[in-house]
Amino acid sequence: MRGRANPDVAAAPPEPLAADAAERAAAGVRGEGRRWTRLTLLALGWGLVLSGALLSAERLRALPGRARVPLDVWVAVAALALLAGAMGWATRRALRPRRAARVGDSQWVIAGRHFRRNRLAMAGLAVMLLLYLVTLLTPLLAPYDPAAQGDIVRSRYLPPSLEHLMGTDKFGRDVFSRVLYGARISLSIGFVAVGISVTLGTLFGALAGYFGGWVDALLMRFTDLMLAFPRLVLLIVVIALFEPSLWLVVLVLGLTGWMGTARLVRGEVLSLREREFVLAARALGMGDARILFRHVVPNTLAPVIVSATLGIGQTILTEASLSFLGLGVQPPTPSWGNMVADGRDQLIASWWITTFPGLAIVFTVIAFNLLGDGLRDALDPRLRT
Amino acid sequence: MLAFLLRRLLGAVPLLLGILTLIFFIVHLAPGDPTARFYSPNVAPEVIEQMRRNLGLDQPLHVQYVKWLKSFLTGDFGYSFGQMRPIGELLPGVLWNTLQLTLVSLVLIFVLGMLIGIVQAVRQYSLADNLLTFVALFFYSMPTFWLALMFILFFSLKAQQWGWPISFPASGMSRVGAEFLPLHAQLWDRVVHLVLPAAALGIGSAAGVARYMRGSMLEVIHQDYIRTARAKGLGEARVIFRHALKNALLPVITLLGLYLPFLLSGAVLVETIFAWPGMGRLIVDAIFQRDYPLVMATSFVIAAVVVLGNLVADVLYALVDPRIRAE
Repeated sequence: MRGRANPDVAAAPPEPLAADAAERAAAGVRGEGRRWTRLTLLALGWGLVLSGALLSAERLRALPGRARVPLDVWVAVAALALLAGAMGWATRRALRPRRAARVGDSQWVIAGRHFRRNRLAMAGLAVMLLLYLVTLLTPLLAPYDPAAQGDIVRSRYLPPSLEHLMGTDKFGRDVFSRVLYGARISLSIGFVAVGISVTLGTLFGALAGYFGGWVDALLMRFTDLMLAFPRLVLLIVVIALFEPSLWLVVLVLGLTGWMGTARLVRGEVLSLREREFVLAARALGMGDARILFRHVVPNTLAPVIVSATLGIGQTILTEASLSFLGLGVQPPTPSWGNMVADGRDQLIASWWITTFPGLAIVFTVIAFNLLGDGLRDALDPRLRT
Repeated sequence: MLAFLLRRLLGAVPLLLGILTLIFFIVHLAPGDPTARFYSPNVAPEVIEQMRRNLGLDQPLHVQYVKWLKSFLTGDFGYSFGQMRPIGELLPGVLWNTLQLTLVSLVLIFVLGMLIGIVQAVRQYSLADNLLTFVALFFYSMPTFWLALMFILFFSLKAQQWGWPISFPASGMSRVGAEFLPLHAQLWDRVVHLVLPAAALGIGSAAGVARYMRGSMLEVIHQDYIRTARAKGLGEARVIFRHALKNALLPVITLLGLYLPFLLSGAVLVETIFAWPGMGRLIVDAIFQRDYPLVMATSFVIAAVVVLGNLVADVLYALVDPRIRAE
């Protein structure tokens, strides 16, 4: 995808700058009536930066003194600095007068405008950005080491308090810190696995739809075959036969989630390949590969983005289920699923161990579902209101 | 109709063969083999070697494949090392347990989901609609296993602790000594044991069905023939349930086939949590015991149930919509 200006690149903002995208998105296109929302969001953003800096001040001061600083702390510091930079840029932009909307708007600009009007979807976007931000800042924000075991007599099964926001578990570990670190694992697994499955699904669907004939028959029969297995069954069989590890979980989640996208893309490609612009491209003497990947596939991206967003939520749920069964992320590493499983035997006496990681999953998945629904409404002309 | 049915049945055959092949290669490409569970310092390597020869594991892969396929097709599922019983003897009871759970859950999903969806569509944009949409989203986004644990916490453990008038059993299919009770009491006992697992399994999907039903009902409600029905003076209930519902149901039927794999995935978790002796729990146990033949047999049976479920959904769809049969 190099050379030509590509609309979908503009639609997906790069991750570290994402906070700014929320700013821009919330500010509205025709500025006047939305000043207050913009100011509030700016204030919230700065509040976030400052509180992040304050919370991590102690740790930041301790940095140069320590011999070895883990890489993720540096990443967190860089993310914080980047966030502050992005906020500064957003503030400057907000203070300057805005250009009027252009006359000829592209499909993505129109969709963006619809999306911004959907308050629930914007809330989903905000929560998602916040979550990814938190995953970057975790080493600075977490009050305790997620693996540090407390005093086995005095600090295990402590109920939630100001010192331990979500209590402690059976080894005296701080549940809040573990939920924060678990967010990193769960969100990254969701992101990478969906990346794999969307790429695969788009590839398979595009090939099947474009070439038709035996390629189509073969690929679609294979898709049917994979769909016949309940996903969790296939996952536990594969993962249990090999050694469970983080990368295996990511890979297998990716390899078992592409079928929906493949069917979706195939349907789109089937209708696109009969259109005039494809004929024109062929008449110009372009090869199949070029027509398919430069002209047909970019036009299928809107539904793929929607299904990817909804897919991240589903993947986080599936990963949590796997970890709950003990086949996903392995115990010393915290993941929301294995934390819920950890608290299972102490359900009555210490409800907080299971409840908080579970709530974290619920809110994350709700955010992704709201975002996906909003994107679907915005990107599909038939659903626009 | 008969031609349609035959066509669909024939279409399922290569699918089932493909499933068998896939399972075979997944299991055989993995490191380790069924004898791995017998490795120990007390077992001589010659014994393991003999065991491999007895099981036919020393033969080339394609020979094993053909043999395995042949025995599967003749209904011989092999022998479970974990349970020390022939799998063919084990499976029917376990499958029936899972079917009880899944079917009850399926009924729950569709009744609950459809009712909620209809209410939402009829009262579009009302407070009830918005509230139900949000509640549905909340349950839809909830992990099954966590919901199951919360159900146990509130409706079983805390309910007893706080002395609520009703509390449900948190595990098993029947209480101790249930087989000595009269039939109706046994049945009631089973129903009581089914409440929590079926609800935990179904509620998330019910929310999905409700979302779908709302959309499909809204599409139908705005059509001309509904206006005609109202114009000729029919009561609202009759318009909705007799005229609109029939057409709104069409797309929802396809969900039946779609939700079956989803339910069976959920059953793995729910059965593990509620100690329900079904397929899901069997496969998890088999995996932790490295009981390869049982893993292969159960995953095949689960996949076959999904294929069958899809077939039933297709046939139902063709029954209610004549356009499909002609395709």
